Amino acid sequence: MAPLRLFYPYDRTVGSTVGRFLTSLANKKIEGTRGLDGIVHVPPAEFDPATGAPLTEWVVVGNAGEVLTWSWQPEPFADNTLQQPFAWALIRLDGADTPMLHAVRVGSEKDMASGMRVRAVWADEPTPSITTIMCFEPEHGHG
Amino acid sequence: MADDILRIRTPIGIDYTWSSGPGSVGYMRGLENGKLLGRRCPVCELVYFPPRNGVCPRCGVLLADEVEVGPRGTITTFCVVNVPFLGQTIKIPYVAATILLDGADIGMQHLIQECEAADVRMGMRVEPVWRDKSLWTPSLENIMYYKPSDEPDADFDVYARHL
Ligand SMILES: [Zn+2]
Repeated sequence: MAPLRLFYPYDRTVGSTVGRFLTSLANKKIEGTRGLDGIVHVPPAEFDPATGAPLTEWVVVGNAGEVLTWSWQPEPFADNTLQQPFAWALIRLDGADTPMLHAVRVGSEKDMASGMRVRAVWADEPTPSITTIMCFEPEHGHG
Repeated sequence: MADDILRIRTPIGIDYTWSSGPGSVGYMRGLENGKLLGRRCPVCELVYFPPRNGVCPRCGVLLADEVEVGPRGTITTFCVVNVPFLGQTIKIPYVAATILLDGADIGMQHLIQECEAADVRMGMRVEPVWRDKSLWTPSLENIMYYKPSDEPDADFDVYARHL
């Protein structure tokens, strides 16, 4: 037996849409783009899903939202922002129409429910990635 | 306000624990000790390095005797890399070559350094430059690269059937 690490050190440009989304995150602001049909996409869509037209109208959405659905991760992986059992949830932020995948920190699986309200917890130091939001937590301290 | 984010690093990796199987144990143990160990097919007598899964793909039989090959070898074919790309760690132009190790019957890929890319040629004799022994693992990465061994070029017949 031997350790084998497959590793790709990608370094890439992000483009104007993802760049703005990440820059806003670093400033603790969550933004999406409005589709031609009025739907607000968070994370932002670069192009309208129906017509392919570039999307340029930006919409600031809330730091809190609703869990649409979720699944439980009993053991974290080394690179997860949470190093304890946690939930992966599709979260529709206030003002957004599409849900975003992120981690939810709760005490146990029993504290998770579809429809629950959660709020973003910001990382101490912004990273140029979605993990600038370290995780979400139940709003008002209950699950 | 944070600066505009224009580019990001997104390294991605997967950690495996790899079961080498009986065919590769000798090969890996050899590398751990600075030896290049291939295996010979008992039917066609070709020597495979690396011996992979321990089976001769021509004859479909298990490889047999362990055979020490190299460490020197002959460049059979090569490619000069002139294209800069993101994350490149080697100064261009550099040469990636197929090297037929002495005593082996299949070529292996490695990097050629310590000579001008323009001087690399088919038949050129090369020798390995090993990493510091304290860094050795059961991996071909123990050899950092190959460099010219300053022997006369090999005859074309030596590598003619490996092109
Ligand atoms: Zn054979």
